[in-house]
Amino acid sequence: MELYKLTAHAAMDLLNKKEVSSTELTKAVISRIESVENQVDAYLTNTFESALETAKNVDAKLASGKTLLPLEGVPMAIKDNICTNGIRTTCASKMLENFVPPYDAFVAKKVKAIGAPMLGKLNMDEFAMGSSTENSYFKKTKNPFNLNCVPGGSSGGSAAAVGADMAMYTLGSDTGGSIRQPASFCGVVGLKPTYGRVSRFGLVAFASSLDQIGPLTKDVEDAALVMNLICGHDEMDSTSVNLPAEDFTKALSTDVKGMKIGIPNEYMGEGISAEVKEAILNAAKLYEQMGATVEYFDMPSLSSALPAYYIISSAEASSNLARYDGVKYGYRTENYSDLMEMYKNTRSEGFGNEVKRRIMLGTYALSSGYYDAYYKKAQQVRTIVRGGFENAFKKYDFVLSPTAPVTAFKLGEKTADPMEMYLADICTVSINIAGLPAISLPCGIGKDNLPIGMQLIGNSFDEKTILHAAYAYEKNAGLELKPQI
Amino acid sequence: MKITKDEVKYVANLARLNLTEAEAERLQTEMADIIAFADTLSNLDTEGIEPTNHAIRVENVLREDENRPSYDRDALLNCAPAKQAGCYSVPKVVE
Repeated sequence: MELYKLTAHAAMDLLNKKEVSSTELTKAVISRIESVENQVDAYLTNTFESALETAKNVDAKLASGKTLLPLEGVPMAIKDNICTNGIRTTCASKMLENFVPPYDAFVAKKVKAIGAPMLGKLNMDEFAMGSSTENSYFKKTKNPFNLNCVPGGSSGGSAAAVGADMAMYTLGSDTGGSIRQPASFCGVVGLKPTYGRVSRFGLVAFASSLDQIGPLTKDVEDAALVMNLICGHDEMDSTSVNLPAEDFTKALSTDVKGMKIGIPNEYMGEGISAEVKEAILNAAKLYEQMGATVEYFDMPSLSSALPAYYIISSAEASSNLARYDGVKYGYRTENYSDLMEMYKNTRSEGFGNEVKRRIMLGTYALSSGYYDAYYKKAQQVRTIVRGGFENAFKKYDFVLSPTAPVTAFKLGEKTADPMEMYLADICTVSINIAGLPAISLPCGIGKDNLPIGMQLIGNSFDEKTILHAAYAYEKNAGLELKPQI
Repeated sequence: MKITKDEVKYVANLARLNLTEAEAERLQTEMADIIAFADTLSNLDTEGIEPTNHAIRVENVLREDENRPSYDRDALLNCAPAKQAGCYSVPKVVE
């Protein structure tokens, strides 16, 4: 097998047995990137030199007889909305085209501290707003399973890079499905942790009450390993929860006997394509064969989650993105005669269409006279959705659903109508609204060789149960996906 | 819910965005669609339901009021499009 195809845990094993060096692994992935990047367009910035430098240090440590930390020496990459000290962090926006952060995000620091060769920064929808990565100011990433299709979004570069073996794992961010939906489209595993699990320090804010950083990996075991690395309390993020460290790999078991699974009818009805529905039903059947019980239940509040999500996320975005005014960092217009003109021209020239649309929508929802009708209403819906999940978790160990209503769509297919693009998030936004953890993993292959993903939703801070159930499925299903490249 | 072009322009000013006539027209249609979608929530009875701001309980995080090393001023200022004498530089706002 080619070295670049290895999962992170398989690469770790080979490193520890000294059958391969970190330099060899890193070089193998770099040459893979060099040979397919012109087809996939996953990377915005590469940092191959410093990655090789890190790999060299890891190899020296290995040679001196020391044992490596988990994931030490395993090459990876980071979504371009996570700040990296001295490395351009653009959010795929003209606004931050030349922004070089003077500090590391909490997760970037963690990755550096264990000696992970960081290969570069990955493409995304501008400021993480979008479901196809077509809103990037710089380039359009393609789906490794079908180059005419989108990789999903907003972490499209992070998902495509893992799907095309251009990194052994990546970090993404998820505000309404931005890790899980692209993971589903690109046939990889993506996990959105419980809100508060992973510090958001250094993550460029989109919607602060919903944003969460998480892993995109080649399998479930890798997701558990990356979770071990990035979780933990951080005093720089006041929403970071102070919980004792957990070893998520301890949850990986293939025994699901007696587990209770609930499937909400709302996520299996209108709008969900036939092939996706069938794949979820087959997965449910497999769980039953493995000794779990499956029940369907109604959760009517789910249908209110999408409109509530677009109100809350746009409102928070309009407030968060007020900071891009041409003063402290990023782009400043060349045409202005006074301060107000500088603000307006900077923002109008620096932001793309989708970002402007969300800022407009959020400003409208927060403006005088509309606050109660939209923002307050949406936050009340949030209470109802949370309550719906709380009830579900009294009966079920986890909730199962499709990750996305369809498989990857064609480039350009949904760019004309923003509402149609928003529907791509219908199964994922409720999880962010409720702050819950959820994992997406491949559960089938649809037409045109496109992967189908399923979503396992867990109770608050119960990532272990969904990792356990996902691992059991993955080992039993034995699904084989074949990317086009 | 209808939204007028004047409202679109009013909101754009609040958001510090310039819109061309064509952009204002496009946004008028798009925002009307999205707002109509948001209006489906008005059928939902939320009387007496507490709004949720954060999915987890957020509490004030306090620490001792003490001097600590912070980021280097020049490093932060280097991110700015214009600076002068250790400060951000902007067009004159006070006569």
